[in-house]
Amino acid sequence: MTVVEHYNDKVVRLFLLAATVWGIVGMLLGMYAAAELAWPSLNFGIPWLTFSRLRPDHTFGVIFAFGGSALMGTCYYVVQRTGHTRLAWGNLAEFTFWGWQLACVLAMLTMPLGITQSKEYAEPEWFIDILIAIVWVSFGAVFFATLARRRIRHIYVANWYYGAFIIAVGLLHIVNNLALPVSLTKSYPIYAGVADAMVQWWYGHNAVAFFLTAGFLGMMYYFVPRQAQQPLWSYRFSIVNFWALISIYMWAGSHHLMYTALPDWVQSVGMAFSLVLLMPSWGSAANGLLTFNGAWHRLKSDPAAKFMVLALVFYAASTTEGSLMAIKTVNSLSHYTDWTIAHVHSGSLGWVAMITIGSLYAMAPRALGRPEMHSNKAMELHFWLHTAGTLLYIIAMWIAGVTAGMMWRATGADGSLTYSFLDSLLAIEPMYVMRWFGGVLIWLGMWVMAWNLWYTAADARKRIIQPVPVPIPEPESRQTPAPLPAVG
Amino acid sequence: MAYRHFEFIEKHAAVLGILIAIMVSLGGLAELLPTFVEARGVKATAGVKPYDPLRLAGRDVYVREGCYLCHSQMIRTLRFETQRYGAFSTAEESVYDRPFQWGSKRTGPDLARVGGKYSDDWQRLHLVDPRAVVPESNMPAYPWLATARIDGADLTARMRVLRRLGDPYDDADIAGAAAAVDGKTELDALVAYLQGLGIANVPQATAVSMSGDTQ
Repeated sequence: MTVVEHYNDKVVRLFLLAATVWGIVGMLLGMYAAAELAWPSLNFGIPWLTFSRLRPDHTFGVIFAFGGSALMGTCYYVVQRTGHTRLAWGNLAEFTFWGWQLACVLAMLTMPLGITQSKEYAEPEWFIDILIAIVWVSFGAVFFATLARRRIRHIYVANWYYGAFIIAVGLLHIVNNLALPVSLTKSYPIYAGVADAMVQWWYGHNAVAFFLTAGFLGMMYYFVPRQAQQPLWSYRFSIVNFWALISIYMWAGSHHLMYTALPDWVQSVGMAFSLVLLMPSWGSAANGLLTFNGAWHRLKSDPAAKFMVLALVFYAASTTEGSLMAIKTVNSLSHYTDWTIAHVHSGSLGWVAMITIGSLYAMAPRALGRPEMHSNKAMELHFWLHTAGTLLYIIAMWIAGVTAGMMWRATGADGSLTYSFLDSLLAIEPMYVMRWFGGVLIWLGMWVMAWNLWYTAADARKRIIQPVPVPIPEPESRQTPAPLPAVG
Repeated sequence: MAYRHFEFIEKHAAVLGILIAIMVSLGGLAELLPTFVEARGVKATAGVKPYDPLRLAGRDVYVREGCYLCHSQMIRTLRFETQRYGAFSTAEESVYDRPFQWGSKRTGPDLARVGGKYSDDWQRLHLVDPRAVVPESNMPAYPWLATARIDGADLTARMRVLRRLGDPYDDADIAGAAAAVDGKTELDALVAYLQGLGIANVPQATAVSMSGDTQ
């Protein structure tokens, strides 16, 4: 008698729902914070509504609540499909869902109350950090235990990235958040001054590297070939890019501290590695884009594929921009200005959000027991809202950043500064309105996605969908590895 | 390495995990450890003491409100920076900063040497209603600081923790903390902190010459 094994898609559906909700919440916060920079009286004298208290909520909300939920959900989906096995430790997997949501809710409620460590992208206080660490270790345990029971001997490339994402983020989170608590709501870091700055930007930069890049590359490596309906352009190329990317990224964090009191040699090392990083970044983007070779016609009919292709273009573009901004002379202009904000959002709205949205549109029907998404037109509308909003946003911030940077350094014939600080703020103020409007378009797009997912989930809500059985392959000993392509 | 070596890694989850852990640790080890050693050698300049109770309370308000999100405290080693804000910041100046507040974005100006540039009254008015003194400013108003009191017991506990982390507070400093902030508001504390920036964390003799020509 054979027992039929089914994929555990329940936890995947939960994360899908959470990602949609957090996407709307996180981007609403961003939109409000952006409006406050243009119209500063919008805090109405209320502490928790003030820009400086809301901005960490926006960044945490979109990176960890929205991005994190999407990453964990797709990770559980991908590791099961590529290993032909059911998720290990179902209860622990469900705990990672509820634990992660609890951590996100606690963080999002405490930060506007001023309970913060003030470390960028690691603002939540120590008791939330402990909860995050516990959930993260559980997530890693579920992932690696599922890998251990896989029926396909070869571990697919998407899983290497998910694995690196889990290991590195765990390491970064723990080292950066070491602190001595005073009370439940206040702690002091064990590092001070320069050491604290170095640890923070080693964390901050690599949160981008491993949370916002490696994790989403895992998503890309599974869903792009899936949506193009052909194999990865080059498997060997992905090996080189993977090992180069994960090892080089960790050296680049100090480019956030150019011309500061950080020891000079660390700044230079950070700059050098940031330039080398261009190669594996371009390599990964190229591998994804070239996977569409021969399948470009799909872009006409498939908005999910369109999201993925534009995501890869934005990835290549923003990673180029990042390497350029790590050059000391460029950094002297861009640092402290809105150019940084433009760069971050070209990466997060262009690359991260688009690959996520594309992957969710690809995964949702399969996880929700439907042949396709409810509305193709709504996906199309979302694509254009998101693209237009992203372009408006980053163009506004590029103009604002370069304008302010140029004004700060302008000097007259006698060597004195030409502009006061206030002059630069007045010059870029219209750009803050344009940026806000871009954010509104993006946020409306998220509502279109939520509407579409709600109707796609009709059967799941009625609990009438059938679990998907795991296809049982030949026993491992008889699996012959797929022949590698001779070229590329 | 030939392809078969990679194939081995890709068929053994534990090997893959361990190699990933090694590769992602190298960069951190190479940059963090030497920085720690160098930072250990950086001492506060003679005569510079850790934050007094009122300024410490003010600093924690600065952290709580998230001022670092729009104001840097790090003047870079660039001429147009020193012309605008004063002498470039040094590692010695932030040895007592837990957490560091160098910031990453200037929606408002750098504050590393803002101490003494404006009067206490200007700072108060500006924090409570920025547009009353700078009509074009886009800084939020922080009116609640004027009414909130500093909790002396909490501050004493904070100083004890900082002493455990290595900041040289003596028993008298800690015993006198509650009295030093008795009746003070968060606005008093924050203004005291701002007025000490670039003044109290640099040697007194050089504080004047470091202020630079500013605008």
